[in-house]
Amino acid sequence: MPDTTPDTNTDAGPLIPRNRAAHPQVHDVEYKTSVPRSPRWPLLSMESTPSEETGPRFGHDILGEYDNNLILNWTKGAAPAIGERIRVHGRVLDENARPVPHALVEVWQANAGGRYRHVKDGYFAPLDPNFGGCGRTLTDSEGYYEFLTIRPGAYPWPNRGNDWRPMHIHFSLFGHSFGQRLITQMYFEGDPLIDQCPIAATVKDRAQLDNLVAPLDLGQSRPLDYLAYKFDIVLRGRRQTMFENKLEGM
Amino acid sequence: MVQKLNSLVESASQTAGPYVHIGCMPSYAGNAGAYDCEIGESPIAEGAKGEIIEITGEVIDGTAWALRDAMLESWQPDAAGKFPGQPGADPNVSGFCRFAVDPDIGKFTLRTVKPGAVTTRNGAMQAPHISLWIVARGINIGLQTRIYFEDEDNSSDPLLARIEQKNRLGTLVAKKSGPGQYAFDVVLQGDRETVFLDI
Ligand SMILES: [Fe+3]
Repeated sequence: MPDTTPDTNTDAGPLIPRNRAAHPQVHDVEYKTSVPRSPRWPLLSMESTPSEETGPRFGHDILGEYDNNLILNWTKGAAPAIGERIRVHGRVLDENARPVPHALVEVWQANAGGRYRHVKDGYFAPLDPNFGGCGRTLTDSEGYYEFLTIRPGAYPWPNRGNDWRPMHIHFSLFGHSFGQRLITQMYFEGDPLIDQCPIAATVKDRAQLDNLVAPLDLGQSRPLDYLAYKFDIVLRGRRQTMFENKLEGM
Repeated sequence: MVQKLNSLVESASQTAGPYVHIGCMPSYAGNAGAYDCEIGESPIAEGAKGEIIEITGEVIDGTAWALRDAMLESWQPDAAGKFPGQPGADPNVSGFCRFAVDPDIGKFTLRTVKPGAVTTRNGAMQAPHISLWIVARGINIGLQTRIYFEDEDNSSDPLLARIEQKNRLGTLVAKKSGPGQYAFDVVLQGDRETVFLDI
């Protein structure tokens, strides 16, 4: 059972409503699977309630020694994964530009050849016996996180005649509220496949797509060891005002 | 020119994709042992107070096909309406569950405790409900909805009251199918489309 420590977030106001224009178009004919899986009717909008403002909290007790090291975690440290060694680091912030401490960051990705260790992935590229492809960590008190991994390969997928996913890492984030839940993807600076990808292209606001592309960060790279990429993530914030009634029991 | 706002824009969502399970539910993806402890395996522990219930259903697309790859998460208070971390909350209720539909037949089952009613900041009483979040390949931003119960008094719930088309209200209400058993489908699109939320 997750460790559920009380919410120490000082802003107890309602969640800031989502700006849907900053998110992907839900029904996009170029991404064919979205066509039968996207709602047609408008969403029902309402001010947040405790059901959205509270959320599960996770502590370090769930984390294993190698959970944030995808190079080593599948073999529990016995043998490193094949591929280009990279460090991904960044901050989780909210829309008020405040750090989100103790946020659970979960990641998953293909191996260096573009193959996932998933029962449903049958791509030609071989599995790496030393690579599982998932990891997780908690942000620190300043909202920083980092993990070590290998650069995932691009891979083809059945959509239009010849679609390839750019190199990417999937991210799942828990803030402090269930209404902040977010799943997104990190792309890599300079990958020419980003501009060809119908999934990336579901994000119609170019600045928002650019914010999913991690720049190479040579300053945080370790000589003779790994390259670094920086990837900051913004979660929904809460309205901050002295005029809010405090939630009962919060 | 005016002053700059000190605000940021929420990062854009992207689909969870077909392999969401390797990151979130390694055992389900055939990778048991990836983590010593997977999160959200059950929203309750032994000894949770209240009525233990099972909610069974499918996630159905616009062609009436039940998805085989959806992942769901639920969040709820305990039987007395207290969320984990709130004073007096049942220590055996974590409130959070992560589950997937069956890859062969598309059915999911959520075993939990029936939640209590919760008061909003405006003092309105919300009928007992479970928050639900659905992700899958083809869903570009996670879908939020709620599970209410047909054997509860839902008449003064503030969210249900906002649904103009009362014929859609039933899409948020689990039907009793036996003692402690409920049926609840999520319909992504079409005439029976679930009311999805923007909260
Ligand atoms: Fe992927």
